[in-house]
Amino acid sequence: MNSLVFVESGEGKIRKSSLEAVAYAHAMGGGVTAIALGSIDKSELEALGKYGAAKVLHVADERLNQDVIQAFASVLFKAMQEENTDVLVLANSSLGTPVAAKVAARINASLATNVVELPNISSGFSVKRSIYTGKAFSVVELTKSKKVIAIKKNAAEVKEVGSSAQIVPYSVALIDADFNTKITSTEKATGEVLLPEAEIVVSGGRGMKGPEYWGPLEDLAKALHAATGCSKPVSDMGWRPHHEHVGQTGVKVAPQLYIAIGISGAIQHLAGVNSSKCIVVINKDADAPFFKAADYGIVGDAFEIIPKLTEAIKAAK
Amino acid sequence: MKILVCISHVPDTTSKINFIDNNTKFDTTGVQFIIGPYDDYALARAIEIKEATPGTTVTVLNVGLADTEPTIRKALAIGADDAIRVNAEPTDSYFVASQIAEQAKGFDLILMGRESIDYNSGVVHAIVGEMLGLPSISPVMKLELEGTKAKLSREIEGGKETLEVNLPFVAGCQEPIAEWKIPNMRGIMSARTKPLKVVEPKSVEATVVLKKFELPPAKGAVKMISSDNVAELVTRLKTEAKVL
Repeated sequence: MNSLVFVESGEGKIRKSSLEAVAYAHAMGGGVTAIALGSIDKSELEALGKYGAAKVLHVADERLNQDVIQAFASVLFKAMQEENTDVLVLANSSLGTPVAAKVAARINASLATNVVELPNISSGFSVKRSIYTGKAFSVVELTKSKKVIAIKKNAAEVKEVGSSAQIVPYSVALIDADFNTKITSTEKATGEVLLPEAEIVVSGGRGMKGPEYWGPLEDLAKALHAATGCSKPVSDMGWRPHHEHVGQTGVKVAPQLYIAIGISGAIQHLAGVNSSKCIVVINKDADAPFFKAADYGIVGDAFEIIPKLTEAIKAAK
Repeated sequence: MKILVCISHVPDTTSKINFIDNNTKFDTTGVQFIIGPYDDYALARAIEIKEATPGTTVTVLNVGLADTEPTIRKALAIGADDAIRVNAEPTDSYFVASQIAEQAKGFDLILMGRESIDYNSGVVHAIVGEMLGLPSISPVMKLELEGTKAKLSREIEGGKETLEVNLPFVAGCQEPIAEWKIPNMRGIMSARTKPLKVVEPKSVEATVVLKKFELPPAKGAVKMISSDNVAELVTRLKTEAKVL
Protein backbone atom coordinates (compact mmCIF):
# COMPACT_ATOMS: atom_id res chain seq x y z
CA MET A 1 0.00 0.00 0.00
CA ASN A 2 1.65 3.21 -1.17
CA SER A 3 0.49 6.55 0.12
CA LEU A 4 0.93 10.09 -1.07
CA VAL A 5 0.70 12.85 1.53
CA PHE A 6 -0.19 16.39 0.54
CA VAL A 7 1.66 18.74 2.88
CA GLU A 8 0.41 22.29 3.40
CA SER A 9 2.68 25.16 4.22
CA GLY A 10 2.34 28.71 5.41
CA GLU A 11 5.14 31.31 5.24
CA GLY A 12 7.52 28.64 3.98
CA LYS A 13 6.92 26.31 6.92
CA ILE A 14 5.09 22.97 6.87
CA ARG A 15 1.92 23.07 8.96
CA LYS A 16 1.63 20.88 12.04
CA SER A 17 -1.57 19.31 10.69
CA SER A 18 0.42 18.14 7.66
CA LEU A 19 3.13 16.61 9.85
CA GLU A 20 0.28 14.70 11.48
CA ALA A 21 -0.82 13.51 8.03
CA VAL A 22 2.72 12.27 7.26
CA ALA A 23 2.87 10.51 10.65
CA TYR A 24 -0.53 8.93 9.96
CA ALA A 25 0.58 7.63 6.55
CA HIS A 26 3.76 6.21 8.05
CA ALA A 27 1.84 4.48 10.84
CA MET A 28 -0.46 2.98 8.19
CA GLY A 29 2.56 1.17 6.69
CA GLY A 30 3.84 0.94 3.11
CA GLY A 31 5.76 3.53 1.13
CA VAL A 32 5.18 7.19 1.97
CA THR A 33 5.79 9.96 -0.54
CA ALA A 34 5.02 13.54 0.43
CA ILE A 35 4.20 16.31 -2.03
CA ALA A 36 4.62 20.02 -1.36
CA LEU A 37 3.59 22.93 -3.57
CA GLY A 38 4.93 26.46 -3.82
CA SER A 39 7.96 28.07 -2.16
CA ILE A 40 9.03 26.13 0.92
CA ASP A 41 12.37 26.05 2.75
CA LYS A 42 14.47 23.07 1.66
CA SER A 43 15.25 22.19 5.29
CA GLU A 44 11.51 21.95 5.97
CA LEU A 45 11.08 19.48 3.12
CA GLU A 46 14.04 17.35 4.20
CA ALA A 47 12.67 17.29 7.76
CA LEU A 48 9.57 15.46 6.51
CA GLY A 49 11.82 12.39 6.48
CA LYS A 50 11.91 12.50 10.27
CA TYR A 51 8.19 11.87 10.40
CA GLY A 52 8.17 9.03 7.92
CA ALA A 53 8.32 10.34 4.33
CA ALA A 54 10.91 8.54 2.22
CA LYS A 55 10.60 10.96 -0.69
CA VAL A 56 9.27 14.49 -1.13
CA LEU A 57 8.01 15.73 -4.48
CA HIS A 58 8.41 19.49 -4.63
CA VAL A 59 6.51 21.59 -7.15
CA ALA A 60 8.38 24.89 -6.89
CA ASP A 61 5.82 26.89 -8.86
CA GLU A 62 5.35 30.37 -7.38
CA ARG A 63 1.76 30.51 -8.63
CA LEU A 64 1.07 27.84 -6.03
CA ASN A 65 2.14 30.00 -3.07
CA GLN A 66 -1.53 30.81 -2.66
CA ASP A 67 -4.24 28.23 -2.03
CA VAL A 68 -5.17 27.68 -5.69
CA ILE A 69 -7.36 24.70 -4.88
CA GLN A 70 -8.19 23.67 -8.45
CA ALA A 71 -4.53 23.69 -9.47
CA PHE A 72 -3.54 21.80 -6.32
CA ALA A 73 -6.10 19.13 -7.18
CA SER A 74 -4.70 18.80 -10.71
CA VAL A 75 -1.15 18.37 -9.38
CA LEU A 76 -2.23 15.72 -6.87
CA PHE A 77 -4.34 13.93 -9.47
CA LYS A 78 -1.30 13.54 -11.72
CA ALA A 79 1.06 12.65 -8.88
CA MET A 80 -1.29 9.94 -7.63
CA GLN A 81 -1.25 8.30 -11.03
CA GLU A 82 2.47 8.66 -11.72
CA GLU A 83 3.53 7.57 -8.24
CA ASN A 84 1.24 4.55 -8.32
CA THR A 85 -0.50 5.65 -5.14
CA ASP A 86 -3.30 3.73 -3.43
CA VAL A 87 -4.12 6.24 -0.70
CA LEU A 88 -3.94 10.03 -0.65
CA VAL A 89 -3.60 11.35 2.91
CA LEU A 90 -3.99 15.00 3.88
CA ALA A 91 -5.13 17.29 6.68
CA ASN A 92 -8.78 18.11 7.18
CA SER A 93 -8.56 21.86 6.60
CA SER A 94 -9.94 24.71 4.52
CA LEU A 95 -7.35 23.72 1.90
CA GLY A 96 -6.98 19.96 2.38
CA THR A 97 -10.67 19.09 2.46
CA PRO A 98 -11.75 20.68 -0.86
CA VAL A 99 -8.58 19.39 -2.53
CA ALA A 100 -9.39 15.89 -1.23
CA ALA A 101 -12.92 16.13 -2.61
CA LYS A 102 -11.80 17.23 -6.06
CA VAL A 103 -9.10 14.58 -6.39
CA ALA A 104 -11.47 11.85 -5.15
CA ALA A 105 -14.13 12.89 -7.67
CA ARG A 106 -11.61 12.82 -10.52
CA ILE A 107 -10.10 9.42 -9.79
CA ASN A 108 -13.37 7.90 -8.56
CA ALA A 109 -11.89 7.14 -5.14
CA SER A 110 -13.58 6.41 -1.82
CA LEU A 111 -13.37 9.57 0.27
CA ALA A 112 -13.44 10.05 4.04
CA THR A 113 -12.84 13.33 5.85
CA ASN A 114 -12.64 14.09 9.60
CA VAL A 115 -10.83 10.78 10.15
CA VAL A 116 -9.70 10.25 13.75
CA GLU A 117 -7.98 6.84 13.81
CA LEU A 118 -5.71 4.65 11.74
CA PRO A 119 -7.57 2.42 9.26
CA ASN A 120 -8.59 -1.09 10.14
CA ILE A 121 -7.24 -3.23 7.30
CA SER A 122 -7.90 -6.66 8.81
CA SER A 123 -10.75 -7.14 6.34
CA GLY A 124 -11.22 -4.43 3.76
CA PHE A 125 -10.24 -0.87 4.68
CA SER A 126 -12.36 0.98 7.19
CA VAL A 127 -11.80 4.24 9.04
CA LYS A 128 -13.41 5.99 11.98
CA ARG A 129 -14.78 9.49 11.37
CA SER A 130 -15.96 12.18 13.75
CA ILE A 131 -19.61 13.08 13.02
CA TYR A 132 -22.47 15.07 14.57
CA THR A 133 -19.92 17.81 15.34
CA GLY A 134 -17.90 15.63 17.69
CA LYS A 135 -20.91 14.07 19.39
CA ALA A 136 -20.47 10.66 17.69
CA PHE A 137 -18.31 8.57 15.36
CA SER A 138 -19.01 6.47 12.31
CA VAL A 139 -16.96 3.55 11.07
CA VAL A 140 -17.08 3.43 7.27
CA GLU A 141 -15.60 1.03 4.76
CA LEU A 142 -13.82 2.58 1.78
CA THR A 143 -14.67 0.15 -0.97
CA LYS A 144 -12.87 1.58 -4.02
CA SER A 145 -9.29 0.58 -4.80
CA LYS A 146 -8.18 4.24 -4.58
CA LYS A 147 -8.83 6.07 -1.32
CA VAL A 148 -8.57 9.66 -0.14
CA ILE A 149 -8.55 10.37 3.59
CA ALA A 150 -8.44 13.71 5.40
CA ILE A 151 -7.21 13.51 9.01
CA LYS A 152 -8.87 15.58 11.71
CA LYS A 153 -6.45 18.00 13.35
CA ASN A 154 -4.68 16.74 16.49
CA ALA A 155 -5.95 13.19 15.80
CA ALA A 156 -2.58 11.70 14.79
CA GLU A 157 0.52 11.72 16.94
CA VAL A 158 3.65 13.21 15.38
CA LYS A 159 6.64 10.98 16.13
CA GLU A 160 10.21 11.05 14.89
CA VAL A 161 10.80 7.80 13.06
CA GLY A 162 13.37 8.48 10.37
CA SER A 163 15.99 10.90 9.15
CA SER A 164 16.14 13.01 6.03
CA ALA A 165 13.87 12.65 3.00
CA GLN A 166 15.03 12.70 -0.59
CA ILE A 167 13.73 15.78 -2.40
CA VAL A 168 12.65 15.32 -6.01
CA PRO A 169 11.71 18.38 -8.12
CA TYR A 170 8.33 17.73 -9.71
CA SER A 171 6.37 19.61 -12.31
CA VAL A 172 2.90 19.49 -13.75
CA ALA A 173 1.67 21.40 -16.80
CA LEU A 174 -1.21 23.48 -15.46
CA ILE A 175 -3.91 24.89 -17.71
CA ASP A 176 -6.04 28.06 -17.48
CA ALA A 177 -8.94 26.10 -15.98
CA ASP A 178 -6.70 25.33 -13.00
CA PHE A 179 -6.76 29.04 -12.20
CA ASN A 180 -10.52 29.53 -12.45
CA THR A 181 -10.55 31.61 -9.27
CA LYS A 182 -8.39 34.70 -8.84
CA ILE A 183 -7.09 35.36 -5.33
CA THR A 184 -6.93 39.13 -4.87
CA SER A 185 -5.69 39.43 -1.30
CA THR A 186 -4.71 37.33 1.70
CA GLU A 187 -5.03 38.36 5.32
CA LYS A 188 -3.29 36.46 8.08
CA ALA A 189 -4.59 36.41 11.62
CA THR A 190 -2.31 37.92 14.23
CA GLY A 191 -1.01 35.72 17.04
CA GLU A 192 1.62 33.03 16.91
CA VAL A 193 -0.49 29.92 17.38
CA LEU A 194 -3.21 28.94 14.90
CA LEU A 195 -6.46 28.16 16.70
CA PRO A 196 -7.56 25.01 14.78
CA GLU A 197 -4.27 23.20 15.37
CA ALA A 198 -3.32 24.57 18.81
CA GLU A 199 -2.33 22.15 21.60
CA ILE A 200 -3.79 24.52 24.17
CA VAL A 201 -6.68 26.97 23.72
CA VAL A 202 -7.77 29.72 26.12
CA SER A 203 -11.28 31.00 25.34
CA GLY A 204 -13.30 33.85 26.77
CA GLY A 205 -17.05 34.43 26.84
CA ARG A 206 -19.48 37.17 27.82
CA GLY A 207 -18.22 36.87 31.40
CA MET A 208 -15.10 38.72 30.21
CA LYS A 209 -17.30 41.86 30.23
CA GLY A 210 -15.83 43.59 27.16
CA PRO A 211 -13.02 43.59 24.58
CA GLU A 212 -10.93 45.95 26.71
CA TYR A 213 -10.58 43.26 29.40
CA TRP A 214 -8.94 40.66 27.14
CA GLY A 215 -5.35 41.59 28.10
CA PRO A 216 -5.04 39.20 31.07
CA LEU A 217 -6.55 36.35 29.02
CA GLU A 218 -3.99 36.97 26.28
CA ASP A 219 -1.18 36.99 28.87
CA LEU A 220 -2.40 33.61 30.12
CA ALA A 221 -2.49 32.28 26.54
CA LYS A 222 1.04 33.53 25.99
CA ALA A 223 2.35 31.85 29.16
CA LEU A 224 0.81 28.58 27.94
CA HIS A 225 1.87 29.10 24.30
CA ALA A 226 -1.85 28.75 23.58
CA ALA A 227 -4.19 30.11 20.92
CA THR A 228 -7.06 32.38 21.98
CA GLY A 229 -10.69 31.60 21.18
CA CYS A 230 -14.09 32.97 22.13
CA SER A 231 -17.80 32.14 22.29
CA LYS A 232 -20.32 33.06 19.58
CA PRO A 233 -21.86 36.07 21.40
CA VAL A 234 -18.38 37.53 21.83
CA SER A 235 -17.60 37.35 18.11
CA ASP A 236 -21.16 38.45 17.20
CA MET A 237 -20.72 41.57 19.34
CA GLY A 238 -17.40 42.24 17.64
CA TRP A 239 -15.34 41.96 20.83
CA ARG A 240 -13.13 39.40 19.09
CA PRO A 241 -12.63 38.54 15.40
CA HIS A 242 -14.89 35.95 13.80
CA HIS A 243 -12.06 33.47 13.19
CA GLU A 244 -11.72 33.05 16.98
CA HIS A 245 -15.32 31.85 17.34
CA VAL A 246 -15.27 28.30 18.71
CA GLY A 247 -18.48 26.28 18.40
CA GLN A 248 -21.04 24.52 16.26
CA THR A 249 -20.90 27.09 13.45
CA GLY A 250 -17.38 28.31 14.17
CA VAL A 251 -13.99 26.63 14.59
CA LYS A 252 -14.02 23.10 16.01
CA VAL A 253 -10.95 22.55 18.13
CA ALA A 254 -9.38 19.35 19.48
CA PRO A 255 -6.57 20.52 21.78
CA GLN A 256 -4.91 18.72 24.67
CA LEU A 257 -6.22 21.43 26.98
CA TYR A 258 -9.16 23.80 26.56
CA ILE A 259 -9.60 26.55 29.16
CA ALA A 260 -12.99 28.30 29.07
CA ILE A 261 -13.32 31.52 31.03
CA GLY A 262 -16.65 33.25 31.52
CA ILE A 263 -18.40 30.93 29.03
CA SER A 264 -21.66 29.40 30.29
CA GLY A 265 -21.38 26.38 27.98
CA ALA A 266 -24.31 26.45 25.57
CA ILE A 267 -24.60 23.16 23.70
CA GLN A 268 -23.55 24.90 20.47
CA HIS A 269 -20.29 25.97 22.12
CA LEU A 270 -19.68 22.47 23.52
CA ALA A 271 -20.04 21.06 20.01
CA GLY A 272 -16.88 22.94 19.07
CA VAL A 273 -14.79 21.72 22.00
CA ASN A 274 -15.98 18.20 22.77
CA SER A 275 -12.95 16.63 21.09
CA SER A 276 -10.61 18.32 23.62
CA LYS A 277 -8.61 15.94 25.81
CA CYS A 278 -9.00 18.02 28.98
CA ILE A 279 -11.41 20.89 29.68
CA VAL A 280 -11.00 23.50 32.43
CA VAL A 281 -13.93 25.81 33.19
CA ILE A 282 -13.62 29.03 35.16
CA ASN A 283 -16.93 30.74 35.87
CA LYS A 284 -18.40 32.83 38.67
CA ASP A 285 -21.73 31.00 38.33
CA ALA A 286 -21.46 27.59 40.03
CA ASP A 287 -24.52 26.44 38.05
CA ALA A 288 -23.01 27.18 34.62
CA PRO A 289 -23.80 24.12 32.44
CA PHE A 290 -20.21 24.04 31.17
CA PHE A 291 -19.03 22.54 34.51
CA LYS A 292 -20.88 19.32 33.63
CA ALA A 293 -18.70 18.92 30.52
CA ALA A 294 -15.48 19.90 32.28
CA ASP A 295 -12.64 17.87 33.79
CA TYR A 296 -11.63 20.64 36.21
CA GLY A 297 -13.62 23.62 37.41
CA ILE A 298 -13.03 26.75 39.44
CA VAL A 299 -15.90 28.93 40.65
CA GLY A 300 -14.82 32.51 41.05
CA ASP A 301 -14.10 35.92 39.57
CA ALA A 302 -12.23 35.59 36.26
CA PHE A 303 -10.29 38.80 36.79
CA GLU A 304 -8.86 37.51 40.07
CA ILE A 305 -8.21 33.98 38.86
CA ILE A 306 -6.60 34.65 35.48
CA PRO A 307 -3.53 36.56 36.80
CA LYS A 308 -3.02 33.98 39.56
CA LEU A 309 -3.18 31.19 37.02
CA THR A 310 -0.70 32.95 34.73
CA GLU A 311 1.71 33.34 37.67
CA ALA A 312 1.30 29.70 38.69
CA ILE A 313 2.04 28.55 35.14
CA LYS A 314 5.14 30.72 34.86
CA ALA A 315 6.29 29.45 38.27
CA ALA A 316 5.78 25.82 37.23
CA LYS A 317 8.00 26.13 34.15
CA MET B 1 -30.57 34.97 -12.66
CA LYS B 2 -31.22 31.47 -11.34
CA ILE B 3 -29.90 30.45 -7.92
CA LEU B 4 -29.95 26.91 -6.58
CA VAL B 5 -29.66 26.45 -2.82
CA CYS B 6 -29.00 22.91 -1.62
CA ILE B 7 -30.23 22.24 1.90
CA SER B 8 -29.68 19.37 4.30
CA HIS B 9 -32.34 18.15 6.73
CA VAL B 10 -30.48 17.62 10.01
CA PRO B 11 -31.12 17.24 13.76
CA ASP B 12 -31.37 20.50 15.68
CA THR B 13 -28.02 21.54 17.20
CA THR B 14 -29.32 20.80 20.72
CA SER B 15 -30.29 17.20 19.88
CA LYS B 16 -29.09 14.29 21.94
CA ILE B 17 -27.43 11.81 19.60
CA ASN B 18 -28.37 8.13 19.93
CA PHE B 19 -28.35 5.14 17.63
CA ILE B 20 -30.63 2.13 17.20
CA ASP B 21 -30.66 -1.16 15.23
CA ASN B 22 -27.34 -2.36 16.63
CA ASN B 23 -25.76 1.08 16.18
CA THR B 24 -26.46 1.27 12.46
CA LYS B 25 -29.26 3.83 12.44
CA PHE B 26 -29.76 7.30 13.90
CA ASP B 27 -32.49 7.41 16.57
CA THR B 28 -34.97 10.10 15.52
CA THR B 29 -37.11 9.73 18.66
CA GLY B 30 -37.85 13.19 20.05
CA VAL B 31 -35.48 14.85 17.58
CA GLN B 32 -36.43 18.12 15.91
CA PHE B 33 -35.14 18.46 12.34
CA ILE B 34 -34.02 21.77 10.85
CA ILE B 35 -32.44 23.24 7.72
CA GLY B 36 -28.67 22.72 8.16
CA PRO B 37 -27.39 25.90 9.89
CA TYR B 38 -24.74 26.51 7.21
CA ASP B 39 -27.29 25.86 4.44
CA ASP B 40 -29.54 28.37 6.19
CA TYR B 41 -26.80 31.01 5.74
CA ALA B 42 -26.59 30.13 2.03
CA LEU B 43 -30.37 30.42 1.70
CA ALA B 44 -30.43 33.78 3.49
CA ARG B 45 -27.76 35.17 1.14
CA ALA B 46 -29.67 33.84 -1.89
CA ILE B 47 -32.84 35.59 -0.72
CA GLU B 48 -30.89 38.84 -0.20
CA ILE B 49 -29.56 38.61 -3.76
CA LYS B 50 -33.07 37.89 -5.06
CA GLU B 51 -34.45 40.93 -3.24
CA ALA B 52 -31.69 43.16 -4.64
CA THR B 53 -31.72 41.78 -8.19
CA PRO B 54 -35.02 41.83 -10.13
CA GLY B 55 -35.70 38.71 -12.17
CA THR B 56 -33.86 36.39 -9.81
CA THR B 57 -35.38 33.07 -8.79
CA VAL B 58 -34.27 30.85 -5.93
CA THR B 59 -34.81 27.09 -6.11
CA VAL B 60 -34.13 24.88 -3.11
CA LEU B 61 -32.95 21.32 -3.49
CA ASN B 62 -32.90 18.55 -0.93
CA VAL B 63 -31.84 14.95 -1.29
CA GLY B 64 -34.07 13.10 1.14
CA LEU B 65 -37.15 10.98 1.70
CA ALA B 66 -40.67 12.39 2.12
CA ASP B 67 -40.09 13.22 5.81
CA THR B 68 -37.86 16.15 4.77
CA GLU B 69 -40.76 18.05 3.16
CA PRO B 70 -41.56 20.20 6.24
CA THR B 71 -37.92 21.37 6.17
CA ILE B 72 -38.20 22.14 2.44
CA ARG B 73 -41.47 24.04 3.05
CA LYS B 74 -39.67 26.12 5.66
CA ALA B 75 -37.10 27.15 3.05
CA LEU B 76 -39.97 28.11 0.73
CA ALA B 77 -41.51 30.12 3.61
CA ILE B 78 -38.22 31.98 4.04
CA GLY B 79 -38.53 33.11 0.42
CA ALA B 80 -37.40 30.48 -2.10
CA ASP B 81 -39.65 30.28 -5.19
CA ASP B 82 -39.79 26.56 -5.79
CA ALA B 83 -38.22 23.31 -4.66
CA ILE B 84 -36.90 19.98 -5.85
CA ARG B 85 -36.68 16.89 -3.67
CA VAL B 86 -34.58 14.00 -4.92
CA ASN B 87 -36.38 11.04 -3.42
CA ALA B 88 -33.50 9.14 -1.78
CA GLU B 89 -31.76 8.60 1.53
CA PRO B 90 -28.61 10.82 1.50
CA THR B 91 -26.17 7.98 2.20
CA ASP B 92 -22.79 9.57 1.45
CA SER B 93 -21.27 12.73 0.01
CA TYR B 94 -20.52 11.29 -3.41
CA PHE B 95 -24.09 10.06 -3.78
CA VAL B 96 -25.58 13.41 -2.68
CA ALA B 97 -23.20 15.38 -4.91
CA SER B 98 -24.12 13.17 -7.90
CA GLN B 99 -27.83 13.91 -7.36
CA ILE B 100 -27.19 17.65 -7.00
CA ALA B 101 -25.01 17.76 -10.12
CA GLU B 102 -27.80 16.05 -12.05
CA GLN B 103 -30.27 18.82 -11.09
CA ALA B 104 -27.90 21.83 -11.06
CA LYS B 105 -27.38 22.37 -14.79
CA GLY B 106 -28.55 25.78 -15.99
CA PHE B 107 -28.17 27.59 -12.66
CA ASP B 108 -25.93 30.66 -12.40
CA LEU B 109 -25.13 30.20 -8.77
CA ILE B 110 -25.15 26.98 -6.73
CA LEU B 111 -25.03 27.62 -2.99
CA MET B 112 -25.02 25.35 0.03
CA GLY B 113 -23.52 25.23 3.51
CA ARG B 114 -19.83 24.48 4.05
CA GLU B 115 -20.87 21.12 5.56
CA SER B 116 -23.90 19.32 6.90
CA ILE B 117 -23.91 19.12 10.70
CA ASP B 118 -24.74 15.41 10.77
CA TYR B 119 -21.92 13.79 8.79
CA ASN B 120 -19.61 16.86 8.75
CA SER B 121 -17.92 15.83 5.50
CA GLY B 122 -17.62 19.31 4.01
CA VAL B 123 -17.01 18.03 0.49
CA VAL B 124 -20.30 18.05 -1.43
CA HIS B 125 -19.78 21.52 -2.97
CA ALA B 126 -16.32 20.59 -4.22
CA ILE B 127 -17.50 17.30 -5.74
CA VAL B 128 -20.45 19.07 -7.43
CA GLY B 129 -18.01 21.65 -8.85
CA GLU B 130 -15.76 18.91 -10.16
CA MET B 131 -18.69 17.00 -11.72
CA LEU B 132 -20.01 20.10 -13.47
CA GLY B 133 -16.59 21.48 -14.41
CA LEU B 134 -17.28 24.64 -12.40
CA PRO B 135 -15.16 26.50 -9.85
CA SER B 136 -16.12 25.70 -6.26
CA ILE B 137 -15.18 27.77 -3.24
CA SER B 138 -15.64 27.05 0.49
CA PRO B 139 -15.99 28.21 3.23
CA VAL B 140 -17.32 31.48 1.84
CA MET B 141 -17.91 34.29 4.36
CA LYS B 142 -18.85 37.06 1.93
CA LEU B 143 -20.37 36.97 -1.56
CA GLU B 144 -21.03 40.06 -3.71
CA LEU B 145 -22.16 39.85 -7.32
CA GLU B 146 -20.90 42.28 -9.95
CA GLY B 147 -22.50 41.44 -13.29
CA THR B 148 -21.18 38.07 -14.40
CA LYS B 149 -18.49 38.09 -11.74
CA ALA B 150 -18.50 37.62 -7.98
CA LYS B 151 -16.22 38.86 -5.26
CA LEU B 152 -15.86 36.46 -2.36
CA SER B 153 -14.08 36.15 0.90
CA ARG B 154 -13.01 32.71 2.04
CA GLU B 155 -11.64 31.42 5.31
CA ILE B 156 -8.15 29.96 5.02
CA GLU B 157 -5.88 28.40 7.66
CA GLY B 158 -5.25 31.18 10.14
CA GLY B 159 -6.81 34.00 8.14
CA LYS B 160 -8.90 34.85 5.12
CA GLU B 161 -8.50 35.59 1.43
CA THR B 162 -10.56 37.55 -1.04
CA LEU B 163 -11.10 36.23 -4.53
CA GLU B 164 -12.88 36.82 -7.80
CA VAL B 165 -14.64 34.23 -9.88
CA ASN B 166 -16.87 34.19 -12.95
CA LEU B 167 -20.41 32.85 -12.80
CA PRO B 168 -21.55 30.10 -12.73
CA PHE B 169 -19.83 28.59 -9.68
CA VAL B 170 -20.50 26.53 -6.55
CA ALA B 171 -20.04 27.95 -3.05
CA GLY B 172 -20.10 26.38 0.42
CA CYS B 173 -21.21 29.11 2.81
CA GLN B 174 -20.74 30.00 6.47
CA GLU B 175 -21.32 33.00 8.70
CA PRO B 176 -21.14 35.96 8.45
CA ILE B 177 -22.30 35.75 4.80
CA ALA B 178 -25.85 36.78 5.83
CA GLU B 179 -28.12 36.80 8.87
CA TRP B 180 -30.48 33.85 9.23
CA LYS B 181 -34.02 34.70 8.12
CA ILE B 182 -37.15 33.78 10.04
CA PRO B 183 -40.25 33.08 7.95
CA ASN B 184 -43.16 35.49 8.46
CA MET B 185 -46.86 34.52 8.39
CA ARG B 186 -47.27 35.54 4.74
CA GLY B 187 -44.26 33.43 3.79
CA ILE B 188 -45.60 30.42 5.67
CA MET B 189 -49.02 30.74 3.97
CA SER B 190 -47.58 31.12 0.47
CA ALA B 191 -45.08 28.25 0.99
CA ARG B 192 -47.95 25.75 1.06
CA THR B 193 -48.77 26.33 -2.59
CA LYS B 194 -45.29 26.87 -4.02
CA PRO B 195 -44.18 24.11 -6.45
CA LEU B 196 -42.27 21.18 -4.93
CA LYS B 197 -41.13 18.75 -7.57
CA VAL B 198 -40.18 15.21 -6.54
CA VAL B 199 -37.68 13.44 -8.79
CA GLU B 200 -36.26 9.94 -8.54
CA PRO B 201 -32.50 9.61 -7.93
CA LYS B 202 -30.03 8.59 -10.59
CA SER B 203 -28.29 5.34 -9.84
CA VAL B 204 -24.85 5.84 -8.26
CA GLU B 205 -22.37 3.21 -7.13
CA ALA B 206 -21.61 3.44 -3.40
CA THR B 207 -17.98 4.31 -2.63
CA VAL B 208 -18.31 4.39 1.15
CA VAL B 209 -20.29 1.87 3.21
CA LEU B 210 -21.40 2.52 6.77
CA LYS B 211 -20.44 -0.27 9.17
CA LYS B 212 -21.56 1.21 12.48
CA PHE B 213 -21.97 4.30 14.62
CA GLU B 214 -20.29 4.85 17.99
CA LEU B 215 -20.75 7.26 20.86
CA PRO B 216 -17.75 8.72 22.69
CA PRO B 217 -16.98 7.26 26.13
CA ALA B 218 -18.83 8.95 29.01
CA LYS B 219 -16.97 11.77 30.69
CA GLY B 220 -15.97 11.49 34.37
CA ALA B 221 -17.27 13.94 36.98
CA VAL B 222 -15.76 17.42 37.11
CA LYS B 223 -13.11 17.97 39.80
CA MET B 224 -13.67 21.31 41.49
CA ILE B 225 -10.71 23.34 42.71
CA SER B 226 -10.94 26.25 45.16
CA SER B 227 -10.40 29.73 43.72
CA ASP B 228 -7.97 30.30 46.62
CA ASN B 229 -5.74 27.53 45.35
CA VAL B 230 -5.24 28.16 41.64
CA ALA B 231 -1.74 26.65 41.76
CA GLU B 232 -3.33 23.28 42.48
CA LEU B 233 -4.98 23.38 39.05
CA VAL B 234 -1.57 23.71 37.40
CA THR B 235 -0.22 20.80 39.46
CA ARG B 236 -3.21 18.62 38.54
CA LEU B 237 -2.96 19.49 34.85
CA LYS B 238 0.69 18.46 34.97
CA THR B 239 0.63 15.31 37.06
CA GLU B 240 -2.94 14.01 36.79
CA ALA B 241 -4.26 15.05 33.37
CA LYS B 242 -0.73 15.21 31.90
CA VAL B 243 -1.62 17.97 29.45
CA LEU B 244 0.99 20.56 30.44
